[in-house]
Amino acid sequence: MNNPSSLSSAFYQVLKRDMTLAFRHRGELANPLLFFIIVVTLFPLGVGPAPSVLETIAPGIIWVAALLSAMLSLDSMFRSDFEDGSLEQITLSHHPLSVLVLAKILAHWLITGLPLLFIAPLLGVLLYLPNEAMKTLVITLALGTPILSLVGAIGMGLTVGLKRGGVLLSLLVLPLFIPVLIFGALAVNEAAAGLPVDGYLYVLGALLLLTLTLSPFATAASIRISIS
Amino acid sequence: MNAEINAETTETTGGEYTLETVNLECVRGDRLLFSNLNIQIPLGQILQIEGRNGCGKTSLLRLLSGVMLPAEGHILWKGQDISKDRSVFNSDAAYLGHHNGIKGELSALENLHFAQALATPKNDSDLYKILARLSLAGFEDIPCRHLSAGQNRRVALARLLATDATIWILDEPFTALDVKGIAELEQIFEEHVAQKGIIILTTHHPLKMDDQYYRSLNLAQFSDESIKVAA
Repeated sequence: MNNPSSLSSAFYQVLKRDMTLAFRHRGELANPLLFFIIVVTLFPLGVGPAPSVLETIAPGIIWVAALLSAMLSLDSMFRSDFEDGSLEQITLSHHPLSVLVLAKILAHWLITGLPLLFIAPLLGVLLYLPNEAMKTLVITLALGTPILSLVGAIGMGLTVGLKRGGVLLSLLVLPLFIPVLIFGALAVNEAAAGLPVDGYLYVLGALLLLTLTLSPFATAASIRISIS
Repeated sequence: MNAEINAETTETTGGEYTLETVNLECVRGDRLLFSNLNIQIPLGQILQIEGRNGCGKTSLLRLLSGVMLPAEGHILWKGQDISKDRSVFNSDAAYLGHHNGIKGELSALENLHFAQALATPKNDSDLYKILARLSLAGFEDIPCRHLSAGQNRRVALARLLATDATIWILDEPFTALDVKGIAELEQIFEEHVAQKGIIILTTHHPLKMDDQYYRSLNLAQFSDESIKVAA
């Protein structure tokens, strides 16, 4: 008898496919990163180049820019698959949809979230962020940006069936990003002041585990609603 | 209730699996498309759903494939409600809707590889042979967005041959195919039902099939009845 494909290979194939698709749209690949850089560089132009001002608002700016960049890129997660019928085929697989969806979310984070970690310290320098806070900035982004992809996926799953779901998506998802923003920016601020940040990092870690375990199920359910 | 249905299923079919619907009802928006739809499809049969535009043919196929959930009633496969254990039904069924589910950026071969990862690959599946059978030899490595509509449809149909599914649910499979493609597809259908497969399809193209396999169902008659019931 024929053997059904294994779950781990299906997970890997979905991941590989989404990465391949992203790299074949090379023009769009860098968009979230460029958006992130441009938003951050706008602030010194707007509020003036005084180091004392920029230093205090740097963590907030970088985190809000990361949030907006994640929002902007959510559409690419399910939209094209929905429009060409691939999403239907994925839901009709005998593998659990939640696992396949997790692979798609992981691919989305690798493409849009991970690059931010590398560019963020440079933007920190641009905004006079003290050196002591750099490590915390990268750690909070490493813990926080996957949460943005995971939570955003739920909202994207719900709005993918709508022609113009963009505004609704922001209304659904941005309030859910607030805890990440608060703890992420606060941790970087405290680190800049030379205070311990372990507590904030633990909270972010807990949020990541919570969304990692619950979001795939919620996203799978919202996709099923959207395609029916 | 369920136990009764199970007993009935095994009785009527003598142990053979069937796909059957029990009092199926479909509502789209505020409109009742059909209700009290009871059909039984034994293995080795091809069922053509007929009816005027808008009578719910596509909706019925989406219900049967499990994409959509019925407003009322059940769909049973091997005596089990398909919404109860999706993985069992999904590994036995393949669905091809209006959209091909083909990625334009990926080649035909990559699309088929991915389809196999999601389903049960056929044991002896040589993807090159399958694509050649659907007149796609030489087009294996070209991104599908550079192929014609008919060729894209063929790639989507190649998925049926590359994976191992008993039930094929096909919505207008002949769309965009040329005369030769239609004849080839009919040949593929005949082989599938000869191997105890089930095909449920909608098409406006008259099928040339052996009567012993072929059955047609006019969906419009169920909607007429239901309108009277609703009134």
